[in-house]
Amino acid sequence: MSNIKFSKEHEWIKVDDEIATIGITKHATEMLGDVVFVELPKKGSLVEKGGNVGVVESTKAASDVYTPISGEVVESNQSIIDDPSKINSDPENEGWFFKLKIRDKSEIDALMNKEEYDKFAKESSN
Amino acid sequence: MKTKKTPLYSLHKFHGAKFVQFAGYEMPIQYKTGIIEEHNLTRSKSGIFDVSHMGQLFIKGEKELTKDLEKIFPIDLLNLQINQSKYSFLMKDNGGIYDDLIITKLEDGFMIILNAACKDNDLRILNLKLGNKYDLKLSNDMSLIAIQGPDAINILEKLVPKISILKFMQGNKFKYHGKQLYITRSGYTGEDGFEVSIPNVIVEIFTKNLIELGSNLVGLGARDTLRLEAGLCLYGHDINEETSPIEANLKWAISKNRIDTEFLGSETIKKQIVEGVKKLRVGIKPESRVIARETTKIFDEQNNEIGKITSGTFGPSVQSSVAMGYVGNAFSKINTKIFLEVRGKKYPANICNLPFYKKSYVKGAINE
Repeated sequence: MSNIKFSKEHEWIKVDDEIATIGITKHATEMLGDVVFVELPKKGSLVEKGGNVGVVESTKAASDVYTPISGEVVESNQSIIDDPSKINSDPENEGWFFKLKIRDKSEIDALMNKEEYDKFAKESSN
Repeated sequence: MKTKKTPLYSLHKFHGAKFVQFAGYEMPIQYKTGIIEEHNLTRSKSGIFDVSHMGQLFIKGEKELTKDLEKIFPIDLLNLQINQSKYSFLMKDNGGIYDDLIITKLEDGFMIILNAACKDNDLRILNLKLGNKYDLKLSNDMSLIAIQGPDAINILEKLVPKISILKFMQGNKFKYHGKQLYITRSGYTGEDGFEVSIPNVIVEIFTKNLIELGSNLVGLGARDTLRLEAGLCLYGHDINEETSPIEANLKWAISKNRIDTEFLGSETIKKQIVEGVKKLRVGIKPESRVIARETTKIFDEQNNEIGKITSGTFGPSVQSSVAMGYVGNAFSKINTKIFLEVRGKKYPANICNLPFYKKSYVKGAINE
């Protein structure tokens, strides 16, 4: 699981060669509560690191979704649009949000590893 | 101002409650279970709601009090039987709503259940209007617990025998642990259920007993999705000082034999009934899963702004996005196509019947 990185906006990113899969962390879903609506970036759109690319709404509130790296969207997860509860039940696997064709791999190096993120998440929720 | 806590605070905490500030109280918005599961448990089994932040106002008096209260509230109190409850409003002279409330006739007067955020102002207004003639007591030593859902009756019956004789919007005195409870068959979820006025000293053991018998604690989050599916108004959002009961489509709550008599706001109400109103509260169903929250702007097909959303959420039982709001009178017909502006994009929606979720109250002979 060492190829998974994390952002301060509570996204996870899994790198497979040229393609990165991005979703929100379990910690993020616990803060959000039950997700009931999600809006994802369209296939083919170009997104910039830190840019707002979608929305995730829980029963409580709406939150923006950011992309931790730049690239071109090659796929978004239709199954979480149809059934957003997957984001709560399996956020770091079946509940992935979108896949990007990576533009600049160095952006990934700046992200946190699991240990660093867990520490960050624990501190930021206190 | 220091936030207040209800006597169940530590029990909430024990059950993993996440707290929010609500009307000056620290209240559970959800427990470990989560809003959707708490909502579903209430519809399929039963849910326990701590609503002790709400005001329990007791006024003692006889026929003169009844007559004086009729000068305030637009309901037929003279014909209200002992132990019957009615939904009503405290209105401004211009018909705006200071609070919506439930009045129950007791042997020695009335009990009025008030919204937490309004209770102190309500008490001030009532004292003013009643000319300090009566003793009004906003109880500090009683909690209020609602148990709602299809299993509520069987669970509560085990703790408090004979509660099942109550009909919808009817109450009575009962005994529990040697102390007196006042229980009404009512609620705010669209389910059959009960609201229990109970001394603070026994509320924790009572709630623990309900949990042991298989009921579940439910927070304010699910209370909101439940009441919205049931088409019920939330004070401060769907109704407020700027909306009248006629505009809010709550004319049913004004007793027919009171329309031509005097009460607070009666002139405006009469005028609005005869001449009609400019805006009306309606049910709104977006065509997609998009959630239209409070203050979302509503547009017609020609892109004219025609109103605003006052409550919106995802309805777990109806499995769709649901909302309420006010639109210009001309757009209030069922199936009128409208558009909701969410994050700069316009989403199609339709005016629809309320409630979104069909109620399952146990009706008695007391309905008008």
